[in-house]
Amino acid sequence: MSAAIQHCVVVVKNPEGLHMRPADKLVRTAASFQCQIELERAGQVADCRSILSLLTLAATQGSELILRAQGPDADQAVQAISHLFESQFDEPSAAPG
Amino acid sequence: MLELQGIAVSPGVAFGRALVFDREGYRITRCLVKPGEYESEWNRLIEAVRVAKTKLESNQLSTAATLGDHLGGIFSAQQQILLDPHLQSELENLIRKKSYSAEYAVSEVFTRYAAAFRKSPSSFLAERANDVRDVERLLLEHLTGQPMATLTQLPHEAIVVSHDLTPGETAAFDRSKVLGICTEAGGPGGHTAIVARGMEIPAVVGVGNFLHNIRSGDEVIIDGHLGRIIVSPDASTRDRYLERRLFRQSIATQLEEIRDLPASTSDGVRIELMANVEFPHEAAACIARGADGVGLYRTEFLYLGHSNEPSEEEHYQAYARVVRDMQNRPVVIRTLDLGADKMGMTHLTEPENNPFLGLRSIRLSLRNPALFRIQARAILRAACLGDVRVMFPMITTLDELRSARFLLRSVAEDLASEGDYIPCAVQVGMMVEVPAAVLMLDRFIEEIDFVSIGTNDLTQYTLAVDRSNESVADLYQACDPAVLRLIQRTQQIASENHKSTSVCGEMSNNPAYALLLAGMGIRTLSIAPAAIPILKKAIRSVTIGQCEAMAWRALRLSTAREVDAFLMNQLAGLVPEIVLQA
Repeated sequence: MSAAIQHCVVVVKNPEGLHMRPADKLVRTAASFQCQIELERAGQVADCRSILSLLTLAATQGSELILRAQGPDADQAVQAISHLFESQFDEPSAAPG
Repeated sequence: MLELQGIAVSPGVAFGRALVFDREGYRITRCLVKPGEYESEWNRLIEAVRVAKTKLESNQLSTAATLGDHLGGIFSAQQQILLDPHLQSELENLIRKKSYSAEYAVSEVFTRYAAAFRKSPSSFLAERANDVRDVERLLLEHLTGQPMATLTQLPHEAIVVSHDLTPGETAAFDRSKVLGICTEAGGPGGHTAIVARGMEIPAVVGVGNFLHNIRSGDEVIIDGHLGRIIVSPDASTRDRYLERRLFRQSIATQLEEIRDLPASTSDGVRIELMANVEFPHEAAACIARGADGVGLYRTEFLYLGHSNEPSEEEHYQAYARVVRDMQNRPVVIRTLDLGADKMGMTHLTEPENNPFLGLRSIRLSLRNPALFRIQARAILRAACLGDVRVMFPMITTLDELRSARFLLRSVAEDLASEGDYIPCAVQVGMMVEVPAAVLMLDRFIEEIDFVSIGTNDLTQYTLAVDRSNESVADLYQACDPAVLRLIQRTQQIASENHKSTSVCGEMSNNPAYALLLAGMGIRTLSIAPAAIPILKKAIRSVTIGQCEAMAWRALRLSTAREVDAFLMNQLAGLVPEIVLQA
């Protein structure tokens, strides 16, 4: 099991921020990996398997978050999750939260 | 069985199941479980989570089918909240380590998350509090086996138990469902008490902290005569109360027989018994109880439970209904008695350090003439339908009285010039509620048609006691000799000037006090509709001479306690059949 920590910076592009549905998707995606995955915003760290913890980040549009993963499939996890942020979680563009 | 003593504020005995509400309108169930029960409590929660998950899944499917996957996704996210590992471990911790019941753990954790979200500067996140609340509601519904209630929509008949109730909450009650009320806070003159009496709901307030000892669903007896609440009564207590209820019902039957007879003493002195009402629908109850009219229509309740100011038409419709239902009997409409101590109108009143000494009542109306004019127009329009009189609350200075009268006159002129309504002559009175009004009454009296003594506020301002503060509630005694002297002086000045005086405070709901007031020369009492039959019975059982002798002696006593004991003793001697067994 690799101890290496993978990390990158992701930006919230959704107009309504990291709200319920994106957070839901994020949790589901995170759950498909074995590694520990965290998001950090302004010093506050959220566990990507906990939707309440993610929502508490109050990440609005434009927020920069540090995505960190540690574990066997950390690489793939970081890739998959940063893709979610890139693609705006496949949200309809002007969808309200 | 748990028996607690509070302050009796609305008579009657209620039997039923408790529905416990916290400040947010949800019931709390601050309840601890025994060490051996942790496992079963945790299993109860797991089962509730399973049921809630099924419910959310079916919501998701049906919403997605009708409104699309996008909206169905909301319920998917709620499932994530439900199954959130952090949340689950917090719940488990509270149950296993802190002995919380499953309901209490759920209420604690979800309330905390909802509060954290609500405080968020981000509006999208603040709204997530509602999703958290939705999930909480699902869990609690399963755990308690009852739909989550709000005070306005109770799922079934219940005894409402709470720390405190705002007047708005009390006013919004579904009276067919609320069997009784019991609160930890509050005093005898508070608004919960007044509304409960108006709705004829047995109530006990000021019980002190006890919500941790009661769960929704517990069997409860509220004794609104003795101020007692009994949780999970044993069989003999239940039987005793059922017996007592039968006894009261038999008295009620006797009272029904004298319903249409006048409230005259046995030697023929007529005492007018008017009713205090808050809600238009109460007028029918006044007639049913044999009231001679409405002596105090508290119009501020129009504002309760509404976020917007009522329009002139809304005022008018409410007044018109009361006036019509009273069938030409007099209706005394009191203008707004709002203030920072009373709910709702936050844009009119700033929070105040001493709301009872602040911008309230007639002061607030005079400061907001537009608001006052709307009400005045509605009152004058309603006056065309019957015997309507206007009364200004909390008049303290002559200037206030003159300003209020001036506004009323100018509204009447407007109405006359518009031509749709020709205002009739309306009697104008003032409430005597502050000692200053009594001291200056010889000046006031020339400018008014009648006086009404509001003993609730008069007691509060004479004795400097905040009636809603339970730590000084024992000092709040309408029978305090100081209050009695002010009532006596008011009555003397009014009678010397040939103006009528009524007493419309809660004091006269008590038959002993009513006889005392009659003995002091008061000929009009305005009371809760429910108290009318028993007062009529008391008055018809005595001579005015007996009342006068009672007053003569009572006014020579030195303390409220002596007065109270003397009056109760007199009542027991004069009208033993209505002194209810304890």
